Amino acid sequence: MTEQAPLLSVKNLTTHLHLRRGVVRAVDGVSFEVHEGETLGLVGESGSGKTMTCLSILQLLPRHGGGKLDGSIKLDGTELLSMSENEMARNVRGQKVAMISQDPMTSLNPVFSVGDQLSGPFLYHKLVRSVREAWKRAADGLRNVRIHSPEQRLTNYPHQFSGGMRQRVATAMALACSPRLLIADEPTTALDVTVQVQIMSLLKNIQRDTGVGIILITHDLSIVAGLCHRVAVMYAGRIIETGKVRDIYRTPGHPYTQALLEAIPHLGEKREQLTAIPGQPPSLLDPPKGCRFAARCPKRMSVCDDYPPGFEVGDGHVVHCWLKADQR
Amino acid sequence: MQRVVVKGLGNAIISILGASLIIFVISRLSGDPVSLMLPIDAPKSAIDELRRNLGLDLPIWRQYVLFLSHAVQGDFGNSYRWQMPALQLVLERLPATIGLAIAAFAFSVLLSVPLGVMSAVYRGSWIDQIGRVVAMTGQAMPSFWVGLVLILIFAVNLNWLPAFGAETPVHVILPAISLGWYPVAAQTRIIRSGMLEVLDSDYIRMGRAVGTPERLLIWKYAFRNALLPLVTIMGVYFAGMLSGAFVVETVFAWPGLGRTVVEAVFARDYPVVQAGVLVTSIVFILSNLLVDLSYSLIDPRIRL
Repeated sequence: MTEQAPLLSVKNLTTHLHLRRGVVRAVDGVSFEVHEGETLGLVGESGSGKTMTCLSILQLLPRHGGGKLDGSIKLDGTELLSMSENEMARNVRGQKVAMISQDPMTSLNPVFSVGDQLSGPFLYHKLVRSVREAWKRAADGLRNVRIHSPEQRLTNYPHQFSGGMRQRVATAMALACSPRLLIADEPTTALDVTVQVQIMSLLKNIQRDTGVGIILITHDLSIVAGLCHRVAVMYAGRIIETGKVRDIYRTPGHPYTQALLEAIPHLGEKREQLTAIPGQPPSLLDPPKGCRFAARCPKRMSVCDDYPPGFEVGDGHVVHCWLKADQR
Repeated sequence: MQRVVVKGLGNAIISILGASLIIFVISRLSGDPVSLMLPIDAPKSAIDELRRNLGLDLPIWRQYVLFLSHAVQGDFGNSYRWQMPALQLVLERLPATIGLAIAAFAFSVLLSVPLGVMSAVYRGSWIDQIGRVVAMTGQAMPSFWVGLVLILIFAVNLNWLPAFGAETPVHVILPAISLGWYPVAAQTRIIRSGMLEVLDSDYIRMGRAVGTPERLLIWKYAFRNALLPLVTIMGVYFAGMLSGAFVVETVFAWPGLGRTVVEAVFARDYPVVQAGVLVTSIVFILSNLLVDLSYSLIDPRIRL
């Protein structure tokens, strides 16, 4: 898989956000790749820059304070950062890269029918000749996400669907134009556990059928284990560890990753208290120069005042921690 | 839907009854019309006879009951001043007022909607600033003064538009601007704040993420979500234009209902005042009912 050119290649991506209190680097020199048919899990706590990374790929930063993007984002070898807003809208968003957002309760427009919203992408990207044809394709889309009697459901409004059904609709909308890359931003966080499983297996099946590359943003490590091929762990705007799911779970290299895994309670385990990581992530307004986890790290050393480069500890397993310096 | 229409009409009838009582009592507080209808030195017998003929010698509650029972049959009595049925007079003048209100309303919507939407889309830009100035100017100037200035500029100096009368459709332009400028400020703000909220919402970002063209995203998908509060306030302002038109009608010699009622008030012409105000309140109440019914067309979550 690694010999093949990657579907998405992000190099040294930096996202500046202009906030009232100053300029923040929400994403700070992030690099990763996603291959066709692969799912990359982007893991980290809230505010670590996962969502900002993905919004940067689509260039959909918040309208106010949406800041500058540096680095390189290549999709199939084409640089996205040099594209105009118009090109992004016409040729990339929805057509090559699509997104499912976190909360299905707010991600569909409440005052338009599902058919109106679902048929849109076909029309915008000129895949159909008539509105009628677009609605037909929209019904096919609903069928693909296992919604019954899709033709009738198209005339319904979002409030007439349950949460899980809405996430299916949103998924159908994202997949409408058979994108190469799907960004799923915590697609199951707002849903019941049983519905979570349904949505996850839906994504898995779609990937098997279409070979779509998926970036799955989540803070739920159990979902990562079930769905992802590789994982990138983010902390305070940077990726601190990447590797295959199995390597990350068996031999987590970074103390932060280790702490994250230890924080998961296991059944049958006798624990008085849940393990938490002491301290808070650093403020991105004034981040530390060295390792960003150093202040909370139990294994802190003096060398941690310099930012650690990536040390490869296994096949594709890269850890940004000085502890791994000798293993090189 | 049907149930709501029936309920709305029921409420409307109660409101109209209430309005009729208030109109009846208040118009009678202004003094005795007979003293204005007869010469100052008229003998007492003549005064008494006129009062008897007009039914003004009866106790006031009986006058009200009589007024109501005639009113439901469409009989508001004859105008003391114009010597013709009051309702007929009012209905003759009503279309001109409604026409003016619709034109003024159209002006205020055509100005405030693009201004509010663009102010939200380009928040903080020069469009936003200009929008604020245009809107505030309208709210800061009384409509009669705006009317006079418009006459001075466009009728007297430039000679582009007629200053008074209602012969051709062109005549409506200046009075419509004078009447319609005032609500622009409030409407622009409501649209602007509504659009700002909607444009930052998840579903608009989602729309952008599937490649929806920006124009559609703003004018179709975002705008309808910002429309509900606008329709509410527009209903209030439209009704306000109907009843507040008399100042502008006076300035532009517009042959509408407002001016007629004002003249009737000065003449203590009870039948015309009562018929005029009651008809205006009926139009007012009906337009509010229409606003309520339009909610469900805009937002499918509101089921009537």
